[in-house]
Amino acid sequence: MTSELNDNLFDSVPDAEGRFGVYGGKFVAETLMSALAELERLYRRLSVDAEFQAELDADLAHYVGRPSPLYHAQRWTAKVGGAQLYLKREDLNHTGAHKVNNTIGQALLAKHMGKQRVIAETGAGQHGVATATIAARLGLKCQVYMGEEDVRRQALNVYRMKLLGAEVIPVTSGSKTLKDAMNEAMRDWVTNVDDTFYIIGTVAGPHPYPELVRDFQCVIGREARAQSLAQTGRLPDALVACVGGGSNAIGLFHPFLKDDSVAMYGVEAGGHGLATGEHAAPLTAGTPGVLHGNRTYLMQDEDGQILHTHSVSAGLDYPGVGPEHAWLKDIGRVNYVVADDDEALEAFHTLTRVEGIMPALESSHALAYAAKLAAQMRPDQQIVVNLSGRGDKDIHTVAAIDGIAF
Amino acid sequence: MSRIAQRFEQLAEQGRKALIPYVVAGDPGVAVTVPLMHALVEAGADVIELGVPFSDPMSEGPTIQLAHERALANKVRLRDALNMVREFRTRDGDTPVLLMGYANPVERMGYAAFADAASAAGVDALLTVDIPPEEVAAVNAELRRVGMDNIFLIAPTTPVERMGLITAQASGFIYYVALKGVTGAGHLDTADVAAQLARIRETTGLPLAVGFGIKDAASARAVADVAEGVVVGSALVQRLAESAQNGHSDAQTIAHAVELLAQIRRGIDGVPS
Repeated sequence: MTSELNDNLFDSVPDAEGRFGVYGGKFVAETLMSALAELERLYRRLSVDAEFQAELDADLAHYVGRPSPLYHAQRWTAKVGGAQLYLKREDLNHTGAHKVNNTIGQALLAKHMGKQRVIAETGAGQHGVATATIAARLGLKCQVYMGEEDVRRQALNVYRMKLLGAEVIPVTSGSKTLKDAMNEAMRDWVTNVDDTFYIIGTVAGPHPYPELVRDFQCVIGREARAQSLAQTGRLPDALVACVGGGSNAIGLFHPFLKDDSVAMYGVEAGGHGLATGEHAAPLTAGTPGVLHGNRTYLMQDEDGQILHTHSVSAGLDYPGVGPEHAWLKDIGRVNYVVADDDEALEAFHTLTRVEGIMPALESSHALAYAAKLAAQMRPDQQIVVNLSGRGDKDIHTVAAIDGIAF
Repeated sequence: MSRIAQRFEQLAEQGRKALIPYVVAGDPGVAVTVPLMHALVEAGADVIELGVPFSDPMSEGPTIQLAHERALANKVRLRDALNMVREFRTRDGDTPVLLMGYANPVERMGYAAFADAASAAGVDALLTVDIPPEEVAAVNAELRRVGMDNIFLIAPTTPVERMGLITAQASGFIYYVALKGVTGAGHLDTADVAAQLARIRETTGLPLAVGFGIKDAASARAVADVAEGVVVGSALVQRLAESAQNGHSDAQTIAHAVELLAQIRRGIDGVPS
């Protein structure tokens, strides 16, 4: 951590235009600009409104089950050899991932705006399930856009959403994955902007989404920071989280940004390996551009066309990344690295066997890198890994790779 | 004065309205586009709006999404679209050509490089769906440097207090999006359009063109009564798609599309068909 970066720097983003340095902004069709302005005005008011915060906190405590534990994975630590490994157990949240922290917040905003219908995009289906869940609880109509390819890969989550009363709309355009689901959700929003709230699942999209999703996910890092101090008497030496759009990572990292002694690692999906081009690592191997409402690092060709991505985990299979991560990369505060499909699968099996915790394939990317990092550190050092979701949803994928048919 | 400003001025003197067809560069075939542009002019187009293919055309309905996919499958990119305009200009130095697309291909080329290349090719204006006035300063500086217009969208959801912000950055004409939604959708409410255009006119003297939801001679006629220009996109692109599906020759494809444009021209001019 370089000393010239002062504390005020991290509070200065986003600016009034929603920019994180040169990243972020509001790159959307004119039809949506007034809806974004309305959302921003409401959020400015409610984010400092004690009653709203109390409502949110009560839901996080009694509906989601927060705080989630910070767990010292001692058998895994012993196996890896090196720094002490702690897991932030977002997998224990209601619905099984960190996504619900954000959908509760946004659904409460929708309620305050009087919107009766929510829409969402989803890749792996975790955000779709978290949205359908909170829609059921608040009695909102819910439609979820999901790439046709992902509908096939994630049949279990599709059925969960249907059970919760949501309608899942398969998206057949483009590459039929998460980015196309986001395009289709934007098209829906532009058409139904008067009565519809778009619950974006990650820290991307047009301002104010990257900011408000970050704020809702920061509960992860606030808890982890307090738990580290309480359980170990000091701050961790390093944080590790997987990065697709980057919401679980920003949620863990942000409350530690001013702690100069804490190193941070965002782990992107290396897919079949960076050299193959079949990956989802825009920060590591991409270039800046504009997509889905913000300027950020993208997987794109020399003509500015968005490239197909690949990752064994549907939730990381996205060609962009939240603009704050792009900024944190450029200023050097966070290190962005990759773990490939094979490394993630190995970490999935290892954690399951030595700790009895089955991680999501997304989170397994963070675990894979954390194991490598820990092995280079001393036993008196500590790493907190964000275990952003549980792996039940991935059992079919893992079984298929292992050649097992049900 | 820009070619676009000049064209609207001539039309105003003649008491006529601008017909602005939209087609995607390279759809349905690479060899179709330039002859199609000439044929559209012969059938009564006053300004050509050429779509730049993009992998993620977020504001387009299914018809134009598929056109982008066909064009990309034909390997047509921004630089190819510019080459098409250059070729068009060898035979037509008068008809304004506007590039319509999304921010990222222009970003990737670089604003200055784009402005130089587009202006050298004979492009008159740029319309990017996803660069609102809040984000436009850098690209506008480059467009102005080479004398190109920047065309902005105003939507049914645009509050009156935003209109001035938009029109202050705009030149050439203002493109009014007639309905909430994507291209090719829905049903046009002409009274609503007229009311919103009246509000826009309080902030600018620029000509106003209307697009989204204009499908035929009758809807074009209704819009032409209240605006200076009429944009026709999806209906035309649908004709191109039908021809491509039916295996028509390029000449047949062009004729099928141009037939619709000619009907719309007669509708706008009030000539019985």
